Amino acid sequence: MNDGLSTIEQQITSDYKYGFTSDFEADQAPKGLNEDIIRFISGKKNEPEWMLEWRLKAYRHWLKMEVPEWANIKYPPVDFQNIIYYSAPKQTKKLNSLDEIDPELRRTFEKLGISLDEQKRLSGVAVDAVIDSVSVATTFREQLGELGIIFCSMSEAIQEHPELIKKYIGSVVPMTDNFYSALNSAVFTDGSFCYIPKGVRCPMELSTYFRINAQNTGQFERTLIVAEEGSYVSYLEGCTAPMRDENQLHAAVVELIAMDHAEIKYSTVQNWYPGDKEGKGGIYNFVTKRGICAGVHSKISWTQVETGSAVTWKYPSCILKGDHSVGEFYSVAVTNHHQQADTGTKMIHLGKNTRSRIVSKGISAGVSHNSYRGLVSVAKNATNARNFSQCDSLLLGDRCGAHTFPYIEVKNNTAQVEHEATTSKIGEDQIFYCNQRGIDTETAVALIVNGFAKEVMNQLPMEFAVEAQKLLAITLEGSVG
Amino acid sequence: MLQIKDLHAGIEGKEILKGINLTIRPGEVHAIMGPNGSGKSTLASVLAGRSDYEVTGGSVDFLGKDLLELAPEARAGEGLFLAFQYPVEIPGLSTINFMKTAVNEVRKYRGQEVLDAAEFLKLMKEKMSLVNIDKNLLTRSLNEGFSGGEKKRNEVFQMAMLEPRLAILDETDSGLDIDAIRIAAAGVNAIRSKENATLVITHYQRLLDYIVPDFVHVLYNGRIVKSGGKELALELEETGYSFLKNEMNIA
Ligand SMILES: Nc1ncnc2c1ncn2[C@@H]1O[C@H](COP(=O)(O)OP(=O)(O)OP(=O)(O)O)[C@@H](O)[C@H]1O
Ligand SMILES: [Mg+2]
Repeated sequence: MNDGLSTIEQQITSDYKYGFTSDFEADQAPKGLNEDIIRFISGKKNEPEWMLEWRLKAYRHWLKMEVPEWANIKYPPVDFQNIIYYSAPKQTKKLNSLDEIDPELRRTFEKLGISLDEQKRLSGVAVDAVIDSVSVATTFREQLGELGIIFCSMSEAIQEHPELIKKYIGSVVPMTDNFYSALNSAVFTDGSFCYIPKGVRCPMELSTYFRINAQNTGQFERTLIVAEEGSYVSYLEGCTAPMRDENQLHAAVVELIAMDHAEIKYSTVQNWYPGDKEGKGGIYNFVTKRGICAGVHSKISWTQVETGSAVTWKYPSCILKGDHSVGEFYSVAVTNHHQQADTGTKMIHLGKNTRSRIVSKGISAGVSHNSYRGLVSVAKNATNARNFSQCDSLLLGDRCGAHTFPYIEVKNNTAQVEHEATTSKIGEDQIFYCNQRGIDTETAVALIVNGFAKEVMNQLPMEFAVEAQKLLAITLEGSVG
Repeated sequence: MLQIKDLHAGIEGKEILKGINLTIRPGEVHAIMGPNGSGKSTLASVLAGRSDYEVTGGSVDFLGKDLLELAPEARAGEGLFLAFQYPVEIPGLSTINFMKTAVNEVRKYRGQEVLDAAEFLKLMKEKMSLVNIDKNLLTRSLNEGFSGGEKKRNEVFQMAMLEPRLAILDETDSGLDIDAIRIAAAGVNAIRSKENATLVITHYQRLLDYIVPDFVHVLYNGRIVKSGGKELALELEETGYSFLKNEMNIA
């Protein structure tokens, strides 16, 4: 048994499969951050004056803020002056067809398994691909346009739909919300904007692949999704990043707004470079994601599969403002080697008869640390609020850690808040059972882990569930011997 | 097909198997009986390749290969199957998915084409009716919340699916009702052939009415102390194991 477990840990040798870099020329800002850099970014994007002012206001506020330190993560301080805040692949003219894309860029996408051509259309996926900071290709926009759906890069949205951006940007995550949201507000370079008009059911999964590419490039996307009354949209964000030695900062902001009877399903598969076996390198992923169920009977559902990043700090949240609104959070977070994840959600019940459901599955291997941190808050007027939380941890080996920090604040005595938590270990006997049926240990771990995470995986759109399952297996490769 | 010679094995420095000798030829059915704690399950585990047990001496030849050199999954690939005394639960993994992976991994090992979904389903249906197992059971999480008998039946189903050359059944009859024993035995008998062999570990002669053994062995204190034909099982049912102590003391 002992022998078994030590081989478990010795074999932690999985190599990051997406560790390649492509070398198209970057058009980038000098290192560091000051008002001139913000003007540079805003200028590059040809932004209107109000946008620049908004950024500068955020920057000035950010200067007064301090790095948050309450999360259960440890990492060397980030030198914010040693980051390049703008980097765009050189691309002079607007593309009319995918054939015009830089072949190097195409290859990068291919290695990631993203095909931007007809196959995707057949599988019903529209891809807005972001490489570093500029959205290089948006497909199916026309088809969506016929339904009145807007799906474009944030930069374009600022040009073409300024009234919508002005109205909604920062309305869910105020620029002053936290250190990283303020930073993002000041320097965000791109991201996606999505608007579903009243009564429209978006007929396809909208998907964005983010990819951090040039060296020392922080990436600061902003995503904004507005679902008007009675509309529905399912959005998937998937990320991979090439191998790097230096830590790269990623501080995104995602805002979701659901009006009366609208539903937004937001799924994330995050597979950024986690660093090597010794904990060198990897992405710092400090993300603020928040949705507001603004209307009655609206629903926001977050599903995340987090397998990458050296450090993850992320709490996709729901503000349940509309009466009868529903918030959901389904999460699988996997950490291996030296990865650290502090993730969870906040469910803020403001309206009456609001319901929330939290299902968190943490999987830790190696010497990693995996924390669930969740807040369920029920305001004074939120009568009949219901919450159910289930937080399960699965440990591989005995040098990793799983932690659960549930916070509950109830100010209305009609509320029902339930919390369940379990911690288990992958047993040698489970693995042996699989072995005896002809299944090798690697595959056995994948089966057991996928079984553990099934409830969450089932929430993912079909097309991505398979990919996500593979990612779980890749992340844990060699973590049990 | 299986030759065990002077096999010694133990755990954490404690010797449990103290020199096992056993030869099983194709087509044969052997039964091992013996008091609790005598080492029956240990023998099964060592043959299946459980790493907690340390083999300290002896050899095991399986179909011309040194069994002890093979990883557990390779042993399964070579055709060794163990129906566990205590089947393990895997939450969230259905028996169907588990078997789909297992069957195809074993096929890969044997250099056979993997089965696609339709072929797999066909195989599964065939085996389901053979062992009379309910489909609902197979869609549930593997062994989770199964009754004792359901777990055992599931083991027999898996055995049928994997079509082993040598099946070791570790107290598969315990916990089964009489009908289920008949069905399980029918399952075993259905895959019985000139090429295959079965090693049945049991406490009860009753099972052996349905799976008639060619040989019965008594394992006691890590050794096979008595071997005979199927009548030995009947004899044991009458007398129990008390004779062992006397015999052993004399020896
Ligand atoms: N993991 C272990 N750690 C310590 N001792 C063990 C372990 N496994 C088996 N043993 C001991 O080895 C001996 C043989 O156990 P084994 O399970 O092989 O017996 P058995 O013949 O199958 O008994 P039963 O009829 O009760 O199933 C017992 O004394 C048992 O306590
Ligand atoms: Mg036993």
